[in-house]
Amino acid sequence: MKNKIGDQTIKFTNCPRIIGNYAIVGEKEGNGTFKDYYDFILKDDLFGEKTFEHAERKIIEQAISQSIEKAKLNISDIDLLIGGDLLNQIISMSFTARYFDRPFLGVYGACSTMAESLAIGAALVNAEYVKNVVCSTGSHFSSAERQYRFPLELGNQRPPTSQWTVTGAGSSILSLSGEGHKITMATFGKVTDYGVSDVNNMGAAMAPAAMSTLISHFQDTKTTPDDYDLILTGDLGKLGSEILMDLMEHNGYKLGKNYNDCGQMIFNNNQKTFQGGSGAGCSAAVLNSFILKKMDEGVFKKVLFAATGALLSTLSSQQGDSIPGICHAVVIEKGR
Amino acid sequence: MKKEKHLTRNEQYNVYVEAKIPKTKNFPTLIYAFIVGGIICMIGQGISDALMAIWPSMSQEEASAWMLIVLIFLSSFLTALGVYDRIGVFAGAGSIVPITGFSNSITSPAIEFKKEGIIFGTCVKMFSVAGPVIVCGLVISFLTGLIYLFI
Repeated sequence: MKNKIGDQTIKFTNCPRIIGNYAIVGEKEGNGTFKDYYDFILKDDLFGEKTFEHAERKIIEQAISQSIEKAKLNISDIDLLIGGDLLNQIISMSFTARYFDRPFLGVYGACSTMAESLAIGAALVNAEYVKNVVCSTGSHFSSAERQYRFPLELGNQRPPTSQWTVTGAGSSILSLSGEGHKITMATFGKVTDYGVSDVNNMGAAMAPAAMSTLISHFQDTKTTPDDYDLILTGDLGKLGSEILMDLMEHNGYKLGKNYNDCGQMIFNNNQKTFQGGSGAGCSAAVLNSFILKKMDEGVFKKVLFAATGALLSTLSSQQGDSIPGICHAVVIEKGR
Repeated sequence: MKKEKHLTRNEQYNVYVEAKIPKTKNFPTLIYAFIVGGIICMIGQGISDALMAIWPSMSQEEASAWMLIVLIFLSSFLTALGVYDRIGVFAGAGSIVPITGFSNSITSPAIEFKKEGIIFGTCVKMFSVAGPVIVCGLVISFLTGLIYLFI
């Protein structure tokens, strides 16, 4: 067990690098906080397709192929595609994988999928089982709405605790050769359920999972929140982030100014999303645009990226079950 | 396995969350709902009056029936144009409770699920939102009928 430290964490001795990254988002996200950082912004949510499900596949496809291009590789250089999405049976990712004709590993961690893919990909690359790995995920507001909630044209009101599913996708290429930021550690999270059953309050449902993973990470690596330039959770939203800060403080860890949340940041206050963004594409797009570019500039040198996911289905919530959450974390350090 | 152990922890957490969540602002929401709901009712009254003015032989009951048909059409039309959901975001119950809201709740899934085909999409999903209302309506009217039978 030369690479395992503590209870849940792996330390990557070879330090896989992110040699290519790409973020694509929808129009609403393109008007949000990070509008200058995305690689591509859709002009139309259907992206020239007939259905929103097809549009979701197309944005993931573009994210993957463009990230491969940015890493100056060919599709044939890719040994493995890892990714997932929010739709039933992860159809967006696996249907997209048809076009690449490369080995594919479908994973599901709801909105934590980006961190989960990066952790698995980094482990396989670090162990030199594979050379180049694509880690990708995405989501689409309209396809998620029709699967989880109500028809788009229904004239209902969203409750103040709700979040807005991000239309977007992100893709990162991991490799041992090449230049880029290093993934140095990964902490796999435990499924954590504190009995929240309100499907309109995902932040509260996922915050305990984020707390569990962050505490395990700090204990395993013997670090404190101050050791990171940025601690970034996935899509807890404004309310969920506040809850997480309370929970962490209760456990003796103070999350200060170096803590933020992708969902909280991605939309600006005029966009009426209530608690902010959510969805698998949220953390994927923010990581592969703003965060990695700010690391290029040297603003952040060590980032703890902890994407969170709510592992519910419409069926489980209709049967009255509470919402289990999960959070996986990876440490990204500046290198180049 | 550890289910019982977590019960108090979960209860405490839910109490904490409940106190933390932002509440809907009741007062402005009520005002918006009142205004928009009122406007829809006024439009209905206007249609009914206009019909009776154009066709003086039309009875009040007949005019009401035609008025409902016109409102249902208008709401479906606005739903298809993507306008009704925007009214709904602002008005809340004001645009859900009148018959126009009922029409919207049938039209919106019908449009949305057209992509899954006419039979399995539109026809199956059409009543996915309004279905419970129809079922409740039928059951209540049946029970009311039963009561009428015996008194």
